[in-house]
Amino acid sequence: MAVRGLSLEVPRGAIFGFLGPNGAGKSTSIKMLLGLVRPTEGHAYVLGAPSTDVQVRRKIGFLPEDFRFYEWLTPGELLHFHGRLCGVAASQLRERVPNLLELVGLTPHRDKRLSEFSKGMLQRVGLAQALVHEPELIFLDEPTSGLDPMGRRLVRDVIRAQRERGATVFLNSHLLSEVEITCDEVAFIKDGEVIARRDLRQSPQGEIRVVVRGAKFSSGMIAGLKKWTASANIEGEQLTLTTHSTEVLPDVLRHIVAAGADVYEFKPERLSLEDLFVRIMGEDRGL
Amino acid sequence: MGLWLMAGITFREAARRKILWTALIAGAAFLAIFGVGLHLQMSEFQTRQTAPFMRYQVMSSILLIGLYTVDLLAVVMTILTAIDTISGEIASGTIHAIAMKPIARWQILAGKWTGFAGMVAIYVAMMFGGTIAMGSWLGGVTPQNAIRGAALVYLECLVALTVTIMFGTWFSTLTNGVLVLGLHGLAFMGGWLEQMSGFTQSSKLVLVGVYTSLLMPSETIWRRAAFEMQPPLAGSLQFTVFPDVSVPSATMIGYAGVYMAIALAIGIYHFQKRDL
Repeated sequence: MAVRGLSLEVPRGAIFGFLGPNGAGKSTSIKMLLGLVRPTEGHAYVLGAPSTDVQVRRKIGFLPEDFRFYEWLTPGELLHFHGRLCGVAASQLRERVPNLLELVGLTPHRDKRLSEFSKGMLQRVGLAQALVHEPELIFLDEPTSGLDPMGRRLVRDVIRAQRERGATVFLNSHLLSEVEITCDEVAFIKDGEVIARRDLRQSPQGEIRVVVRGAKFSSGMIAGLKKWTASANIEGEQLTLTTHSTEVLPDVLRHIVAAGADVYEFKPERLSLEDLFVRIMGEDRGL
Repeated sequence: MGLWLMAGITFREAARRKILWTALIAGAAFLAIFGVGLHLQMSEFQTRQTAPFMRYQVMSSILLIGLYTVDLLAVVMTILTAIDTISGEIASGTIHAIAMKPIARWQILAGKWTGFAGMVAIYVAMMFGGTIAMGSWLGGVTPQNAIRGAALVYLECLVALTVTIMFGTWFSTLTNGVLVLGLHGLAFMGGWLEQMSGFTQSSKLVLVGVYTSLLMPSETIWRRAAFEMQPPLAGSLQFTVFPDVSVPSATMIGYAGVYMAIALAIGIYHFQKRDL
């Protein structure tokens, strides 16, 4: 079973990252929400409508992972075709398509056929295709996998511009550094279940883990730490706590000492999203 | 709307990827060779001062063989061009960005079917028209009921197209090709065995022909088309390669139409239900 009991609430107007190892069920989840795959049991809803509702897809854009197109078309023809499929009038598309090509940096290549495009160029035209009908919700499955650093920056800017427009972006990516600087919130999926969520807006510096080695740690002291920390656990002579800012660390240390504990070592380390990912997902299963 | 967009893009694909043009160039080569054959035979008749009746019968038979070749080319061209359209797009993932658009899946399948049907109509019209023009110009013969014959050949192509698209919703391109060409081969063999029954007087051979026609009613449509187009005397006197020994009935043609409609409905149903 690729996905089970998956329930996700994504706030409107947010850039939401969907993270997990290979085979966790990320792409299957997206395909279910888009009606490409049917759940063996239960129902999938998106924007308040069943995923099988064809009309709700007028409000949804999608860039599939490993995007393939009709390679005999030019990028403009492809955008026009996808726009018409989404119900956009031909007259509107005549204005919108050149703007989209400009947005993704493909204007100089507008007369080439897609068969002449590199993987990165196809990725860009795929992104434009997902935006052609100005959707409310945009699913992007690995949108930067084939792009160089310039292309990644462009995609990042486009994603942020979509958020400014009021659209919600659902981003599925393995490039965690990209996710970290682009997403407002992330969810971690493993074996088809969401196992953790993080609001990256609350901790723009990332999560900070502090390992304190000492003695005489008390439960009262732990309770008092809650105002500065997200979590605190004692294992023998080691206290491990997490926080979202380095600014609170002096207060944390003062509190521990004031509570009567002996401190031999106080070691903070910044956890990147990648560290967090590895910690949450556990060992590599070679998938 | 979605149906016509899909039909349009399918038709444009055939034109842009030069599928139709390549088939028409190959068809033009066939017509040239066919014309040379007709011309050489006509010269032979003039040298030998063959009786007009005999000339007419022989040239009519040659014309019918030409039209049979067009029929075979059209069916094979239909199968080969449509074979990859669903299975290939599912395998490559091209279908994902299309199937999630606000159009029903049946429109995607029916649109592709319509696009290919339009392309095949052009091919059959041009090849049939070219062959008949050659027969008239170089052989002095025209077939009986040419329009009805062309319509039947077109129906045969549509049956092959529908079966190809239907199996494409289940199988990979290669498996689909083996299956559809195999079915057509089976119908081809059954049809000729049924023809042979006229000489061997074997009712069992007729049954083989009937059963294979029920399984894949492609070749049987051609035999009805041949019956419609050849001179009645040639057919009844068996002075032709397609004698009137076991002519498929109008009911069998109706069966082919129903067969096609059911195959299209099954294809659409399965495509709507399957995961992509």
